Amino acid sequence: MVLGMLGLGAVGVVAGSRVQDGLDAALAPLQRLDPTGLSGLLPGNYFRIYTVTDGYPYESDTNYRLTVDGLVDHPTVYTMADLQAMPATRLVRTFQCVTGWRVDNVHWQGVALSVLLDKAGVQTAGKDLRFESFDGVYTESLTLAEAYRPDVIVAYSMLGGPVTQEHGGPVRLYVAPMYGYKSIKWMSRIQVVDRVEPGYWETVGNYAVEGWIGDSNGY
Amino acid sequence: MLLRFDWVERVVHWVNATLFGVLIFTGAALYLEPIGRLIGRRALVEDIHVYCGLALPVPLVIALSGSWGKALRADLHRFNRWTKEDRDWLRALLRAGPERRRSLGGIRVGKFNAGQKLNAAFIAGSGLVMLGTGVIMRWYHPWPLTWRTGATFVHDWLALAIGLVIIGHIWMALMDWDAMRSMFVGTISRTWAKRHAPAWLDGEDGPPAPER
Repeated sequence: MVLGMLGLGAVGVVAGSRVQDGLDAALAPLQRLDPTGLSGLLPGNYFRIYTVTDGYPYESDTNYRLTVDGLVDHPTVYTMADLQAMPATRLVRTFQCVTGWRVDNVHWQGVALSVLLDKAGVQTAGKDLRFESFDGVYTESLTLAEAYRPDVIVAYSMLGGPVTQEHGGPVRLYVAPMYGYKSIKWMSRIQVVDRVEPGYWETVGNYAVEGWIGDSNGY
Repeated sequence: MLLRFDWVERVVHWVNATLFGVLIFTGAALYLEPIGRLIGRRALVEDIHVYCGLALPVPLVIALSGSWGKALRADLHRFNRWTKEDRDWLRALLRAGPERRRSLGGIRVGKFNAGQKLNAAFIAGSGLVMLGTGVIMRWYHPWPLTWRTGATFVHDWLALAIGLVIIGHIWMALMDWDAMRSMFVGTISRTWAKRHAPAWLDGEDGPPAPER
């Protein structure tokens, strides 16, 4: 019996990804009918909230500022209203964590990072980007080429509403083709630099700087 | 009085219980955002969870590996032996009220009934699966992405199942104070054994119940 459970466990590991998809599809209508909300406690594809500091940093929409500076011709500070007034990009994409969990069909809305970079005017010496979080600790990086992809956005809306505090609101990055650790939360600064500065997990956890989904992310 | 669990078995049980308690608590904090928000310090909670998980087999292995583990080894033999009485016992569970009581009463149960054997096998097997999937989740670099997702899936659902089984285990203990008391003090009355474990009392499933 113990051996049987080990076998089931192994099958679960290999097939679990697909089984969970099926289960989610089966449970979704039931969960919509559940008035207690208790079914929300069942395992499924939902966000696990990570933060590298104690608790979540807070900034109100009105006080929020996003600085774009470094090797640019026009350093700029954006307010929330500035960002929302710019042309919006909408994405419906999977959020995939490098540790395995994922959330399918997440609705995202924000400003394409390329738009902000074009406005700032990246100088020829500028090759890479460094992102800062107002949690005071977390940083991330992208190459300029990656940053210009159309599915990399500065998001102020996700899951059909404003980006909430635990999801990194008011404004976070969403790098759709990469693992979640590249999508920095509570983003306060985008700095154009001349070489890649590995981000928080890339330093502390030895994560790959190129966090493409599907890559083993090996050392 | 009869010795039901010697001190080694009791220590293993309570060390395991403590580890499970910490695992459930820290697991809940990692898994349920409102609890995690209250506690904060995610990295620390994660470390505690991982190291308690890795420590889980240690008490059992230590207890089994020396001369002090004789009683425990004998009980593991009992857990691993499935008899005709066990099958009858499980079949009797399916019957309705009074009928069930009558059929259960007629079965000469050993030290552990079939339900306890199932519980032991489930916890042992799922403990190993949790360990394996937990290792994939924590040290995920070598594994393909779908395995990581699968490991998360197994770990989450099995945690839920283990939680329910443990609630059941505690519930059964609370329903039988004599049995629960024996996990604290070791001994149990002859009357209890006669009613719940007659085959153990008479030495039909391994060494007979020692007097204390």
